[in-house]
Amino acid sequence: MGKGKRATPPIRTTEEIVLGPQHQNQLDLPKTSASHSGPANDTLEAKLLMVRHTKPNSPEKPSSVVDRRRQVSIEPEEGTYQAKTPSHLGSQEESGELDQVPTLILVTTYFSYFILIACAHIRDFFGKIFYPNEFRHLKEVNGYAPMVSDFESLWSRRLYSRISDCFNRPITGVAGGYVTLLDRVSLDHNRSFKLTGTTTRALNLASYNYLGFAQSKGPCADAVERGIKESGITASSPRIEVGQSRVLLETEELVARFVGTEACMIVSMGYATNSLTIPSLAGKGSLIISDELNHSSIVSGARLSGATISVFKHNSVADLEKVLRKHISQGQPRTHRPWKKILVIVEGLYSMEGQFCNLPGILALKERYKFYLFVDEAHSIGAIGPRGRGVCDHFGIDPREIDILMGTFTKSFGAAGGYICANKDIVDHLKLNAFSSVYAETMSVPVLRQVWSSMRIIMGEDREHALEGQERLDQLAINSRYFMTRLREMGFMVLGDPGSPVIPILLCNPSKIPAFSHEALKRNIAVVVVSYPATPIITGRVRICLSSSHSLEDLEYALEQISEIGDLLMLKVRPPTINAISDGGSASSESHHHHHQMKKIL
Amino acid sequence: MADTVNAAAKVAAATALAANAFLGADEGIAGTNKPVSPLPAFIPSFLQPMWGFPGFRFIINYIQASYRNDPVRSFLELCLVIFVIWWTSRTKYKQGRNEVVLTEGEVDELVEDWKPEPLVPALSEAKIRALEKIPVIDGPSGVMVRLNGKTPAINFASYNHLGVISTDKARETAISVLRQYGVGSCGPPGFYGTLDVHQDLEKHIAEFTGFPSAILYSQGMSTTLSIIPCFSKRGDTIVADEAVSFAVQQAINLSRSRVYWYKHNDMRDLESVLKKVNSSLAQRKGPLSRRFIVTEGLFQNTSQIAPLPEIIELKEKYKYRLILDESHSFGVLGKRGAGLTDYFNVPTEKIDLMIGSLCNAIGVSGGFCAADKDLISHQRLSGLGYCFSASMPAILSVASSDVIGILSKNPESLLAPLRRNTKLMHEQLSKISGINVEGHQESPIIHVSISPTALTKRKSNGEWTRGDVENALQDLVDEALKNGVLLTRAQYVDDHEHLLPNPSIRICVSAQHSEKDIAKCAKVISNAVQRVTKKK
Repeated sequence: MGKGKRATPPIRTTEEIVLGPQHQNQLDLPKTSASHSGPANDTLEAKLLMVRHTKPNSPEKPSSVVDRRRQVSIEPEEGTYQAKTPSHLGSQEESGELDQVPTLILVTTYFSYFILIACAHIRDFFGKIFYPNEFRHLKEVNGYAPMVSDFESLWSRRLYSRISDCFNRPITGVAGGYVTLLDRVSLDHNRSFKLTGTTTRALNLASYNYLGFAQSKGPCADAVERGIKESGITASSPRIEVGQSRVLLETEELVARFVGTEACMIVSMGYATNSLTIPSLAGKGSLIISDELNHSSIVSGARLSGATISVFKHNSVADLEKVLRKHISQGQPRTHRPWKKILVIVEGLYSMEGQFCNLPGILALKERYKFYLFVDEAHSIGAIGPRGRGVCDHFGIDPREIDILMGTFTKSFGAAGGYICANKDIVDHLKLNAFSSVYAETMSVPVLRQVWSSMRIIMGEDREHALEGQERLDQLAINSRYFMTRLREMGFMVLGDPGSPVIPILLCNPSKIPAFSHEALKRNIAVVVVSYPATPIITGRVRICLSSSHSLEDLEYALEQISEIGDLLMLKVRPPTINAISDGGSASSESHHHHHQMKKIL
Repeated sequence: MADTVNAAAKVAAATALAANAFLGADEGIAGTNKPVSPLPAFIPSFLQPMWGFPGFRFIINYIQASYRNDPVRSFLELCLVIFVIWWTSRTKYKQGRNEVVLTEGEVDELVEDWKPEPLVPALSEAKIRALEKIPVIDGPSGVMVRLNGKTPAINFASYNHLGVISTDKARETAISVLRQYGVGSCGPPGFYGTLDVHQDLEKHIAEFTGFPSAILYSQGMSTTLSIIPCFSKRGDTIVADEAVSFAVQQAINLSRSRVYWYKHNDMRDLESVLKKVNSSLAQRKGPLSRRFIVTEGLFQNTSQIAPLPEIIELKEKYKYRLILDESHSFGVLGKRGAGLTDYFNVPTEKIDLMIGSLCNAIGVSGGFCAADKDLISHQRLSGLGYCFSASMPAILSVASSDVIGILSKNPESLLAPLRRNTKLMHEQLSKISGINVEGHQESPIIHVSISPTALTKRKSNGEWTRGDVENALQDLVDEALKNGVLLTRAQYVDDHEHLLPNPSIRICVSAQHSEKDIAKCAKVISNAVQRVTKKK
């Protein structure tokens, strides 16, 4: 951890030229250490942010935003484009998640789960004999069926409860690059938790704060404050009645422009954007074809709609085509009447896998099979693509080619809620008929203002912070690529496509899931571990979400600690590869180069 | 010859592995004890490297021995293998059995021919007008609102019955929370999205409602949609009031449970439905399924109050659980505004799940469920709207906490004016001729419709369609707005409602209205009705 380490940030040359003097400043600051706690760190973080996002004054400064944008966008994205040709995706399709996992780990994982479940049943068996009172709620009592069935709850009682301290950890303040956890203890095997009253400041690799807009200071917070003063907080009415405010319309207009569609409708909750809108798009006699790994909100929406639901293999265009051919030729079940319409629903970036959807492949089928396409950009909007416009931007596709673009503001914009972007006819129909706009409360003013101001910054429309958005986007792209490359080099079983800010590392064995979380927290890093039912039972994982508010030191610290944890938990099972990422694009080789430089300096 | 022996050896090897445990265990031991034998002649050359593999030699020896010593057994084993292969490869029962077998060419043709409907139907003129009629509010929403940049109007359309959220103090608090927590929480509650202010609010709600525990959801409608399917599953039974709000209807729909409807607030009908359902359930075998009565506290669509004591009596008699949706009664009914249990003075233990909303009377956003600890913790993992959605912004959470704080410390400061205004509004409206006023005397939500006799003056020929009535009501709303009173028609998604309520104007009374406001509203409505009904 010498001084020299900080002397070579893995930032591209353009960045160095533009931000040269500022980086010098950054070096003089004390090292951001995760073990620090308290407000001192907050200010340091803010300083770092400020430093990184201050408008450069150096003579090398490009003359306009456009110039600079061009300059920046060439380098990191080239790799992506090469990587994302359909042929590449074709090969990716066949390689499943499990291909990475050595057989020994597969066997031991299955064996561990077998033991866990066997133990759960044995404990239940004896528990029911010796402690019948504790099982009362699972039995028929007095003519009432149990609220939660014995079998249904086995998982949560016997398996989840063992590790439930890794979830629902309470925090306070802003979930930015660092997060303040409220320490808690459990004296009764995770049945209840007690706050100890102390806090831990941890590096936040968990929150969906891709562009670092989760802030309580800065231009967005200022805009929100002005918004609250001018327009209050809420309207307590559905949109269609008296919930349509000027602020809402302004924001919708901006979002439509950002996404690149004719019109937009904003919904006050991300989950509801799917679950309460899809029923107005498809109904009885329609077919919804959904990727097997689609988010729960899409599943809810599809079920509510009353349409027939069919599923295709995750990200497999070939399987989608097979399903389409089968259903179009067979028509509706039993009656064989032709379908009224077919809606294919996919996600832009799969949040548990860090994988982009195969948009070019799916679009290639669209004309022939005449289906409508609904893309859920909950995680990709703002975070992906040279201009942050999501998967369409990433693949260089005109957003108008897609019928419905849905997204949320929770992730990249530091706000809440979601939007539906489409052509005007569809949006008008939804404004009048979507359950959310007729029955659910409209979005609150602070959230709208946060969306409005953060989006304007990303678009470079905020004159005072014209370059900041692009800087954040670039920083995120660099951070994501650098982190993933380094993890692959270390030999972790890393999932996800290059460029994805979500980086899952497979843990597999059930005991490693809580162990990783605990070890990380010990080292003041907050991570999310996920296992069944959110993922297949065999591929429990830790999911790392990167943010543009992570500095190089933060990433270096995290990598060092994760590497240690990896050694401890025997997670580095893949041969350490130098060019692990198939594209070997400029970013990865570059960061690798920096990595070597760093090693030399050390 | 060598080939057939080889094939037989392969098959037998597989069988022997499985059969080893049951049959030739002693032979196996004998096999391993034998001195290292040379490679038998029938082993093909490509298997030679395997010879050194532990266990392989033993298997070959075993097969050899069993084949020589007991050909009958080998035959039986072979039969078993064939049976297993047949069993696993035979065609299974498939759901889509009435599939037509088509050639690729035919499929191509069908694909070519298929023409989908447009994704959304073209908007009718009435719909386009409806879209244009949605008012645009400039500046803050509250008792007084500014519309489309024009003169202010008194708001009788927002559900904001307590009106605390529109005060300056609420805004100051919001700004101070913003400066501490930012806006979004950037994650679901499970993944570092649980803020201390969320936990505080859950505690406040539990204390205020008198339930042991509570859980927060981030949108009012999604609360109901998440809670009911979390407990009532396929195979369970729901008996519900037929006038329940849309959110409850959709929640029942999503749960895939069997549903039986009883007539709105009709306890006799409820009892007969419960009897009927129980007797039909009694005939079914298998474990007991869950049974629920689902109703609303204060009905959004009819403004009536559910007779809770009677429902509880019936639920206990017939062994049902009660899910009570208090989206509109929470913060309004009862001495403390804690909802229906408070209103009827019923202990909270009688209610299994209470659903509440923070976006109506409280005026903020989101919802909650209050219940027993076990049921709440079950939702933290299985409540889809909780588990898979980002948590509520801290600003809104603290704002709700503050309103509930006022209600628990000094309920009269808010509820007394609300009751007074509600009473006044009912009195004033009942005096107006030409309208029907629907709603319980204590309900601050009042449904007003133009009475048919008054309407017939407007249009003499042709039949009255729903659209005509809606137009007349919309005219009334427009007329009222010209005179400075903001009203709204009760809006529905017509083709998804279980029983589409009659068209009406929904008037929401707030504690922040003055007596003058109420009087003005009544006068404006009275005049507007006159004008609308006279219009040809």
